[in-house]
Amino acid sequence: MSFLSISQVTKAFGGLPVVNAVDLAIERGEFFALLGPSGCGKTTLLRMIAGFETPDSGTISIDGDVMNNVPPHQRPTNMVFQSYAIFPHLNVFDNIAYGLRKLKLSKDQLRARVDAMLATVRLEGLGGRAADQLSGGQRQRVALARALVREPKLLLLDEPLGALDKRLRETMQVELRAIQRKVGVTFLLVTHDQEEALSLSDRIAVMSAGKILQIATPRELYERPNCREVADFIGEINFFHATVREITDTTATVNAGLLGIVTLPSANLGSHGIKRDDHILLAIRPEHVRFAPDGVAGEITSATFLGERSHFHVKIAGRSEPVSVSGNAGPQGSAVALIFPPERLIGLPSAD
Amino acid sequence: MAGTGGNSRTGYALLSPTLAVMGLALAAPLLLLAVTSLKSQAGIGFADGWTLAQYGEVLGRSSYRILFARSVGISAAVTLVTLLLAYPMAYFVAFHARHKFAWLIALTIPFWTSYLLRVFAWKIILGYGGVINSGLLRLHLIDQPLSMLLYNPFAVVVTLAHAWAAFAILPIYVSLEKIDRSLLEAASDLGDGAVRRFLRITLPLSMPGVIGAAILIFVPTTGDYVTPSLVGGPAGSMIANMIEVQFNRVGNWPLGAALALVSMVLVAVIAGLFVTAARAAAKAAR
Repeated sequence: MSFLSISQVTKAFGGLPVVNAVDLAIERGEFFALLGPSGCGKTTLLRMIAGFETPDSGTISIDGDVMNNVPPHQRPTNMVFQSYAIFPHLNVFDNIAYGLRKLKLSKDQLRARVDAMLATVRLEGLGGRAADQLSGGQRQRVALARALVREPKLLLLDEPLGALDKRLRETMQVELRAIQRKVGVTFLLVTHDQEEALSLSDRIAVMSAGKILQIATPRELYERPNCREVADFIGEINFFHATVREITDTTATVNAGLLGIVTLPSANLGSHGIKRDDHILLAIRPEHVRFAPDGVAGEITSATFLGERSHFHVKIAGRSEPVSVSGNAGPQGSAVALIFPPERLIGLPSAD
Repeated sequence: MAGTGGNSRTGYALLSPTLAVMGLALAAPLLLLAVTSLKSQAGIGFADGWTLAQYGEVLGRSSYRILFARSVGISAAVTLVTLLLAYPMAYFVAFHARHKFAWLIALTIPFWTSYLLRVFAWKIILGYGGVINSGLLRLHLIDQPLSMLLYNPFAVVVTLAHAWAAFAILPIYVSLEKIDRSLLEAASDLGDGAVRRFLRITLPLSMPGVIGAAILIFVPTTGDYVTPSLVGGPAGSMIANMIEVQFNRVGNWPLGAALALVSMVLVAVIAGLFVTAARAAAKAAR
């Protein structure tokens, strides 16, 4: 059995299922992310793991123990709250020591543990600082230290970087990852920020409307999304309608309309049971589309300079949506031609 | 700096009605009281010259000291009883009630009636032939009406505690309502059961409301005059009753003025000590 095992967990509020028959298995020591748009049920799932909500059905077990009827204060989990929930009447030291008081440690032991944790989150010497004198980044560190000092089996993080500005967020991402490696605790992060999930996690579960769509490593999610929603949610992607003509063990030939007849590796169709004559979607990332003289003709409708590469919208005849392309080309209004390398095209089942 | 000067002028202009009322209705009478307390009564007027004799009388005579002590004691008891009754009600409304506004209205409805009416109501409830006594007689639990219910400090405490309940519920409710619920979840998450969580988070964070309520009740009840004179009897009379006696019956205004000023200072000192102690206690409770 996995370290954290969630099986057929369902939770409804006012008759509306927020989490719908979710299965999830997380291994010890993993940095795992629940990624999805707001309202997809990821926070409710996290709160059920912490014990603040009770599942209507299904079981949640941590390290082999079923948690369904264990109150929050007896669970081997600790949480970093979205608002950080720093106790306003206590200073930094007492905030961090809060969860240790019950252990009846000696004064020296207590101080040693809090000081070690202050060092881990790089807040040395700030123990006496009052809660209302902390910056956003410091509050985040205190919240993290307060949870980690209890040495939980599982650390839950609810949008921990959401309240920070972009630069601080990037610094904290690096640090969070380093801290997780150092303490070795299993981290379960909830976020709507795909960049955050991709850069931090070992594995990601993408959620939508109370369901888990795909569980995979960041690279796999990016390169092999298993449905249109995941492909759309993780980064930018272009879709083309196509019809399957022929499938063999190694290749698949599809009629991709504007792109003509394309032969791609059959592995790119994934394991969706796509058959001959099926209508499918071909998806390709902007950075995989190439500018080349002998491709599909189009016109650049917008160009955004992003440093090393630029981002373009290219209008091609017979298609209402522009194609997103990342690369180097002329300014807005230039005539270009696009090539869609077949090995980069991913086949996904069409919704209709 | 010109702007600042303009601002402070505007500020004073806006405050001027308040300042005028405060000056005329509070500062001036207080000054008059202080001047009076430094005189001595001679017939229907004051004797010439200034004297501290009234203060010597107030501080020296044991009957006054007993009255002061009783006033503070009764008022402290009223404050304590009111807080103990009000806190659970405020807690219920803040954390568990569904229709909070309706509950608050319901809790304050009794206070829409006149203060005097409520004091009389308690007289009827606690009296010799009152609700409690006749009820107990009917039930044959007693064969003579209890006389210990009315005309004593107990009756004063009960009546005042009821009269001031709303003034405790509202500030405590506000401070409980303001507590971020994620702080309570964080406390649970960090290992606290319901009781520890209450003592370590809810109570300390609601202390501003509790201290406010305590001051709001303690200060006016120490000087209360109506309730002790109606339900207190001789054993339950308080300092304000003595002040009334000096002004209206004995006709010793300077002594009455000295009693009033001493009780004011006493209340201020006790309230100040209380706030300091409560703050220190809140800091110590980690």
